[in-house]
Amino acid sequence: MFTFLIKRLFQALVVMFVISLVAFSIQDNLGDPLRELVGQSVSEDERQALRDELGLNDPYMTKYSRFLVNALQGDLGTSYFFKRPAAEVIFDKLQATLELVFGAAVIIVFVSIPLGVYSAIHPKSAITKLIMAVSSIGISVPVFLTAIMLMYIFSIELNWLPSYGRGETVNVMGWETGFLTMDGFLHLILPSISLASIMLPLFIRLVRSEMLEALSSEYVKFAKAKGLSLNKIYYVHALKNTMLPVITVGGVQIGTMIAYTILTETVFQWPGTGFLFLEAINRVDTPLITAYVIFVGLIFVVTNTIVDLLYGFVNPTVNITGKG
Amino acid sequence: MKTLKTKLAIALMAAGLSFSAAAADITVAYDADPVSLDPHEQLSGGTLQMSHMLFDPLVRFTKDFDFEGRIAEKWERVNDTTFRFHLRKGVKFHSGNQLTADDVVWTFNRLQSSVDFKNVFSPYEKMTKVDDYTVEIVSSEPYPLVLQTATYIFPMDKKFYTGKTDGKDKSEIVKHGSSYASTHVSGTGPFTVASREQGVKVVFERFNDYWDKKSPGNVDKLTLVPIKEDATRVAALLSGDVDMIHPVAPNDQKRVKNAKNVDLVTVSGTRIITFQMNQNSNPALKDVRVRQAIVHAINNDAIVKKIMKGFGTTAGQQGPAGYSGYDADLVPRYDLKKAKQLMKDAGYEKGFKLSMMAPNNRYVNDAKIAQATASMLSKIGIKVDLKTMPKAQYWPEFDLCAADMMMIGWHSDTEDSANFSEFLTMTRDEETGRGAYNCGQYSNAEVDKLVNSANAETDTAKRGVMLQRVENILYEEAAFVPLHWQDLAWGAKSNLQIDPIVNALNFPYFGDLVVK
Repeated sequence: MFTFLIKRLFQALVVMFVISLVAFSIQDNLGDPLRELVGQSVSEDERQALRDELGLNDPYMTKYSRFLVNALQGDLGTSYFFKRPAAEVIFDKLQATLELVFGAAVIIVFVSIPLGVYSAIHPKSAITKLIMAVSSIGISVPVFLTAIMLMYIFSIELNWLPSYGRGETVNVMGWETGFLTMDGFLHLILPSISLASIMLPLFIRLVRSEMLEALSSEYVKFAKAKGLSLNKIYYVHALKNTMLPVITVGGVQIGTMIAYTILTETVFQWPGTGFLFLEAINRVDTPLITAYVIFVGLIFVVTNTIVDLLYGFVNPTVNITGKG
Repeated sequence: MKTLKTKLAIALMAAGLSFSAAAADITVAYDADPVSLDPHEQLSGGTLQMSHMLFDPLVRFTKDFDFEGRIAEKWERVNDTTFRFHLRKGVKFHSGNQLTADDVVWTFNRLQSSVDFKNVFSPYEKMTKVDDYTVEIVSSEPYPLVLQTATYIFPMDKKFYTGKTDGKDKSEIVKHGSSYASTHVSGTGPFTVASREQGVKVVFERFNDYWDKKSPGNVDKLTLVPIKEDATRVAALLSGDVDMIHPVAPNDQKRVKNAKNVDLVTVSGTRIITFQMNQNSNPALKDVRVRQAIVHAINNDAIVKKIMKGFGTTAGQQGPAGYSGYDADLVPRYDLKKAKQLMKDAGYEKGFKLSMMAPNNRYVNDAKIAQATASMLSKIGIKVDLKTMPKAQYWPEFDLCAADMMMIGWHSDTEDSANFSEFLTMTRDEETGRGAYNCGQYSNAEVDKLVNSANAETDTAKRGVMLQRVENILYEEAAFVPLHWQDLAWGAKSNLQIDPIVNALNFPYFGDLVVK
């Protein structure tokens, strides 16, 4: 276990180093940050002076080594737009993103498992066919379309739900949450559904196929022969074995969701990290872009590690120490 | 249900929770929020919009480009180089300090040290205090645009911004990184900042001691939220989540117009959209007949009607109507037959190839306009190799004048047509900074001379004639392709009377907004 963690840590460092190198090299191709910092009538001399001051005119290696030294001390640079350390800005916005991802994850869990299980148990029923048809449409509709359609129906036409932003939030031990106010909760509904809509069809199908496999296995047949109640077979024995791959995929997908909330957040003006990233690109806020890319890399490394560890707990036959 | 509501209202009133009938609490959605609370940090539309809420300028533009006094009550020209402003008495800053000439002079000096604003104030030598409520501004040469530049002087609270905090000067202007002035503010404006969360919202509250008691404005609390996506902004207005939005994309205007209890207000704008034709990179463009052919081949009307959905005014010159130098005779000249003939005369009957670049997220429908232009040019045999890209990538290309035709839009910082020539059509000059955005490499000594002398002519009528001559020369020589002036559009609930407070400059005077 311990050696596994050490190995993982070493791998993570290598991965993070490569990511930082890539994130840093693309900087020069993102555009000129000066354009967003100064007005149209500022002279070229003034621009050059400001470039010198920002260190943009230094050679690549100087810039990169300066960045690396600072990064090792926990300083990922200062955002041009927010005028605050980039890491701090990202962590501030992360709360909004995590709440959105949590909302979406809850919807996914409570919708995909019942539907997946139902369609596996009753493969020939009309409802199953409907579920499958709808989920294949769902997988092919882009998320911004889903989001705009939801907004049109529930905000403009029915006027039930708010159209943008987080609404009212309360501070609970340093965490700004929207789950505890009525207004904040209503604001969470549409963005959560939109974000969930990307992953939902995938999970329904995953649960269904795993469940089908479990149902056709020897032990289920044996249990049936033994005369156990069907409910017990389905929901205790088969479901348990279905969950193992679902947890693996789910863990990795949660990491993906945190990283790819960009579209949903942009459509709903959700003040999270995805929207922050897109805006940073538009404003050529290079320190923030680099910090975000590194941050997303970190999320993937961490979630993968956690999933591997969880795997060991759920299925003790998996020997993580043996795994690279 | 109705009785329940009445009961509730009575209960609320009894509890003293009901607001006075006049006060209003509104939410306004823009596509971006102010970068900083420091009015001198960045010269941009966003900064000026904010300045008109937190501060007051010496004078401000009316809807038809006239001037009305704000902090300055009266003004007069003393001689060719000196201009005097008489300041209003009894004006209070948010901090409680009284405004005097010292604050105005201090603000002027700070403007001259600001990287972004110093260019606007470069014609001036100094500003001096005559007495507590009189200041004089002195230019090094005779300068005609004193009132125009005075719209940029928003007096700041000298006492509030003087001193040190954490070892740093409070008045420091910092372009990147934080400063005292970028997060603290004391102006004379109708609003104060109650709270600000950058990128999420700014909450403005009415300043109780505002000097302008005659202002009809009754907005007590104004929340400004940025909503980046056009579709979401419109949805927020139509669903009633916000009371007013800007901008409204051309495609959404019909929807806003047809919606119940929501109004669309449009104003003809002053930002010109043009293509420049680079005479250095493509020899064909050196020939005035070819340039004329290009201008004649482009159907401005179709672009405005089809692509802009009528959301623009077709242009034949740089400055819009209302600017000095505007000549009503210089109209768009679409004529395909003539264009073909001109190509033939120039010896390009078979056409030629040229490269074109345009941004795709800077101006309204920029990429679509470029595509339409390219296909219009193909009708006279010009094969266009078009590249469109996000503005972040576009500007570095523009700095290199990387294509034969480059799109550029321009808004005159001085609301005066000489400014267009100074940056877009005068001969490039590294030292004076003239022609800094002239990617057409157009150069005409007469134009240079006329603009320079117009900038030293304090007689408005004479000056107008000179600038008209400039527009005529540019027209005859087809120095650039004028497309249109972008309109401005706002959407608002019908109980907001926004028509009187919006203007072509895009600084709505929210202090005067009446909500019924």
